Amino acid sequence: MDRKKYEDRKKRYFDTLSGCGCQDIEYTTVSGEEVKELYTPDDIEGFDYNEELGFPGQYPYTRGVYPNMYRGRFWTQRQFAGFGTPKDTNGRYHYLLDHGQMGLSVDFDMPTIMGYDSDHKRSEGEVGRCGVAIDSLKDMELLFDGIDPGAITTSMTINAPASIMLAFYLCAGEKKGTAFEKMGGTIQNDILKEYIAQKSWIFPPEESIRIITDILAFCTDHVPRWNTISISGYHIREAGSTAIQELAFTLADGFAYVEAGIAAGLDVDKFAPRLSFFFNAHLDFFEEIVKYRVARRIWAKRMRQQYGAKDPKSLLLRFHTQTAGCSLTAQQPENNIVRTAFQGMSAVLGGTQSLHTNSMDEVLALPSEKAVRIALRTQQLIAYETGVINTIDPLAGSYFIEAKTTEMEEAAEEYFHKIDELGGVVKAIDRGFFQREIQKSAYEYQKAVEAGRKVIVGVNRFRLENEEIDIPLLRIDEEVEREQKKAVQDVREARDNDKVSRELERLRAAAEGTENLMPVIIDCARCYCTEGEITDTLKGVFGEYIEPLFI
Amino acid sequence: MARKVRVLIAKPGLDGHDRGAKVVANALKDAGMEIIYTGLHQTPEMIAESAVQEDVDIVGLSILSGAHMTMFPRIMELMKEKGAEHILIFGGGIIPAEDMDKLEEIGVARIFGPGTDTGDIVTFIRERFPEE
Repeated sequence: MDRKKYEDRKKRYFDTLSGCGCQDIEYTTVSGEEVKELYTPDDIEGFDYNEELGFPGQYPYTRGVYPNMYRGRFWTQRQFAGFGTPKDTNGRYHYLLDHGQMGLSVDFDMPTIMGYDSDHKRSEGEVGRCGVAIDSLKDMELLFDGIDPGAITTSMTINAPASIMLAFYLCAGEKKGTAFEKMGGTIQNDILKEYIAQKSWIFPPEESIRIITDILAFCTDHVPRWNTISISGYHIREAGSTAIQELAFTLADGFAYVEAGIAAGLDVDKFAPRLSFFFNAHLDFFEEIVKYRVARRIWAKRMRQQYGAKDPKSLLLRFHTQTAGCSLTAQQPENNIVRTAFQGMSAVLGGTQSLHTNSMDEVLALPSEKAVRIALRTQQLIAYETGVINTIDPLAGSYFIEAKTTEMEEAAEEYFHKIDELGGVVKAIDRGFFQREIQKSAYEYQKAVEAGRKVIVGVNRFRLENEEIDIPLLRIDEEVEREQKKAVQDVREARDNDKVSRELERLRAAAEGTENLMPVIIDCARCYCTEGEITDTLKGVFGEYIEPLFI
Repeated sequence: MARKVRVLIAKPGLDGHDRGAKVVANALKDAGMEIIYTGLHQTPEMIAESAVQEDVDIVGLSILSGAHMTMFPRIMELMKEKGAEHILIFGGGIIPAEDMDKLEEIGVARIFGPGTDTGDIVTFIRERFPEE
């Protein structure tokens, strides 16, 4: 390049630009990060292709974890679904599979997420409301009726009771003649982000991490196709964090699990290849693409340099993405289809391995069948019509993207440093560090919206007066709770209750000792112990988490 | 000295989505009100008890799990039993319009849906509790 010519033209450009008008708009990302009007070669000076990017499927994997990316196969189109009874949700799963969905994703109701049976006092009013109710192996059998667990992969959004739902799933598959090692899927099993953001916890951190390392060890040996932890930034972002906080806190959680695994005596290259990630696709198109690219780079570097991983599979940050639920608006809900399409495309341009696109009505209720079909079609449009899949990592080398990628990496490193200073992730949780950071960002964003500095179409600009919502909503019948209560009571009557007592006693003893809990929980599942019984037994030994309170 | 308006922000039910509750709590605090936050996973009994113990003027309930038609009526009932009907109850969360109407019929003063400006909540409270 003729350097002199470049400098002359640059000067001329910026001289002209300063004479041009500029709209009175705050040019920042949705996370409040400054963005310049133009990025130039100056912004990536000293940029080293080999060090920063490499080729797809090569260290540090900035350009993607596989050499062929979507030319090999598309991302998995995986719509998260669950409501009512297991039978209700089973119907939705068949519907989604019939419409071309590639994998299943189970959304559980709050009692299941919190470890209560459907007939527990605390479950009142909550059964089957925001997900499907699962109380025992029996329900899992109904949920996957007519679905071959050897032919599809299943993701389960479950954390505190992840060991129990995994046990139910494995036993349900086993009853159909599918061996544990043939079953593939994911459990979220990311308890750290529960304390940080989503706040569905049961046991205290130390005990929770013991259960997690037991799952890591068990699956490595017996369920090798299972993704044991889906380290999740999604909920951190939904709780109001910025993109950088989502990235940094999620990766910090990931490092904490790796450290816990190593401390439990596991070989990092044995369990790390089965760790996967789950990120949010929020509104700011380029900021999100940057986030996914930098996540891969940081993970690969740390895994190699800090944790001594040697297997290339341990270095790969594979991730699922869900579009941002918190960006959807109750006002003019059809606009959410468009928001979701942009968000889904950013995930694809960022190299996601699987994707859930939200339905337009999710801000109002659980999605209706039509809304969920449009959401699935949105992914099919991205894959088959837009052409964005034709080339791998098409934005690489963009002055803007690469400059921002480096900038975000540095910002994440600053957070890692802060977390280290606080004594690590668990100590930082105890001190409310993450919680406060997120809460602050959420409030700042709200204030920016209310001041009109951030525009939300249909909410603080371009509103309809006297808007009536006229899209059909999914209603959960009150009958669901009665039905599910009866179902769990029937299970308790029909099973061998002496065996149940013995297995629960064995579980209590295992929890008090150091034996791996997974095989014992699986035996409990096999004789139809309920989720609540297993959780209560563990609570008796481990106690319960109490959140630090502040506003 | 004038007594500040006292507001209990409470999270009934099992869901852990506290973003809205905390944003509203902060906005009311910035508007000069005194805020007590219950924390998550509260039963109706715990909330009614806190409201009375803390001698609040207002209770704001946030729920996103879909259990509002069980939780809100139960809390209203308990407030009545405790002779605390004078305490104003409002709410927010993922609540369909027809349920909002039903809840307002049983005495919930107002349900604020997604996209609400916190300024509207402040105004709503100030109209009922002008600064003394």
